[in-house]
Amino acid sequence: MVKKILYRGAEAEICLSKYMRKTVVQKRRIKKAYRIREIDGLLIASRTKEEAKLIAESRIHGVSVPILYDVDLAHGIITMEYLAGKRVKDILNSLEEAERKLICQKIGESIACLHNHDIIHGDITTSNMILLDNRIHFIDFGLGCKNSEMEAKGVDLHVLMEAFESTHSKYSDCFKYVFEGYKKQFHGDASAVMKKIDDIVRRGRYR
Amino acid sequence: MICLGIEGTAHSIGVGIIKDVKGNCHILSNLIKTYKPEKGGIHPREAANHHATYIADLISESVQKAGVHFTDIDLVSFSQGPGLGPCLRTAATAARALALTLEKPIMGVNHCVAHLEIGRGTVRGCTDPVLLYVSGANTQVIAFAEGKYRVFGETLDIGIGNCLDKFGRDIGLKFPCGPKIEELAKKGARYLLLPYSIKGMDIAFSGLLTAAENYVSKGEPLEDICYSLQEMTFAMLTEVTERAMAHTEKQEVLLGGGVASNKRLREMVGRMAKDRSARFFVPSRDVCVDNGAMIAWLGFLMYESGMRMSIDESVINQRFRTDLVEVHWRG
Repeated sequence: MVKKILYRGAEAEICLSKYMRKTVVQKRRIKKAYRIREIDGLLIASRTKEEAKLIAESRIHGVSVPILYDVDLAHGIITMEYLAGKRVKDILNSLEEAERKLICQKIGESIACLHNHDIIHGDITTSNMILLDNRIHFIDFGLGCKNSEMEAKGVDLHVLMEAFESTHSKYSDCFKYVFEGYKKQFHGDASAVMKKIDDIVRRGRYR
Repeated sequence: MICLGIEGTAHSIGVGIIKDVKGNCHILSNLIKTYKPEKGGIHPREAANHHATYIADLISESVQKAGVHFTDIDLVSFSQGPGLGPCLRTAATAARALALTLEKPIMGVNHCVAHLEIGRGTVRGCTDPVLLYVSGANTQVIAFAEGKYRVFGETLDIGIGNCLDKFGRDIGLKFPCGPKIEELAKKGARYLLLPYSIKGMDIAFSGLLTAAENYVSKGEPLEDICYSLQEMTFAMLTEVTERAMAHTEKQEVLLGGGVASNKRLREMVGRMAKDRSARFFVPSRDVCVDNGAMIAWLGFLMYESGMRMSIDESVINQRFRTDLVEVHWRG
């Protein structure tokens, strides 16, 4: 099978492939020769499983994510829908103000949906969001986990805040709009999450 | 320029003398004396007393061994932090006394950055590495980015060396336990499940240490536990180092700190580097461990770049963070 590598990270490679005559994306976790077989197999299987579970669960709760086609724990491969959309990172800066506001609010609403069910994405950046059919799709749950604590939710949003500062620094209102959407959808006390974010910012290490 | 450096952050007191030769570090002498507690871990006051006892003789011996005279020394530098307060104060006091007596400038340096700079200064080909710095107290992944040395990953609880030492003491080994654990691990072959604890780019060892200690009380063979402990902790270290390399897009990896002497760790990080077509460097053992030469070398780099320090500013900083250092000597 011809496969085209779209991206290669430290842990996995993302490639285009075919599955039931469809163009699909495969995330393949790379075997690491430096660690013993026992540890390597265990890590690859457990991380693949965890990521697939988070993707599936996000979908159940109405957050747009790629459709899962296959999970191969032995080889650490997740086969999923190819989203032929645009990365939010690449388009956000060129949008009209009103549109940018709308997109940011939608992002916030989706994150709130994840957090309502204790799903922590772990790496919410605009490179991990794809705009397709007017919907924001979240990808790469590789650093994600389930966690009910406010701290985890705060950290999750703080990652996005920092991404906005570095990649979309001209549009400083972005995070404000995200939080508006978040507040609307979040079932818990959104201001407590905001307070956590302030705490995290103030903890010197991040400054 | 000839610079004398005094290291005293923890259990070792070291005096090193270096000379710069076209931007490379030539070590003229590098003497170390290590405090070894009878039992338990380092007692800060006793370690400081140990340093105070030996520092004066160590300075004289180091100067003699370097084949220079006191009057040849152009700069005195010392480890300003991070480290144990009493130890840092002892080294700093000795440095101040020497600088004032010789009427030479003084420079306090960051111990962690010194570990990285000595690699760049003494290992051929090592120019812009990601450093995996593994010692008793410190476990950090450091690289140069946007004008500063930044910590990309670090331990959230104890250092890897401390983790190995604590485990070693638990099974009745004497300090330093790392080499003895390494020997035992060679005879182990059965992997016992231990928790893998990575949070983003950071690592935690304490849960894993408890799990290993539980295996001891269950009567599992020590060889197998040591083997599993090494394999798991080193796999975690190698993984965060690789992530930092991918993130910073750097093609070099450097090992530093006392635990860098471990052959299995070298093998694993080396293999990771090879698989990414990156270059792998380990400095010689005498500059990997805490030593005065690395302090002298960083002192020289800072002084050469135009930085100056008055006696008033030479206050120690127990929590001297790596990313607090202003780096004027790198473009």
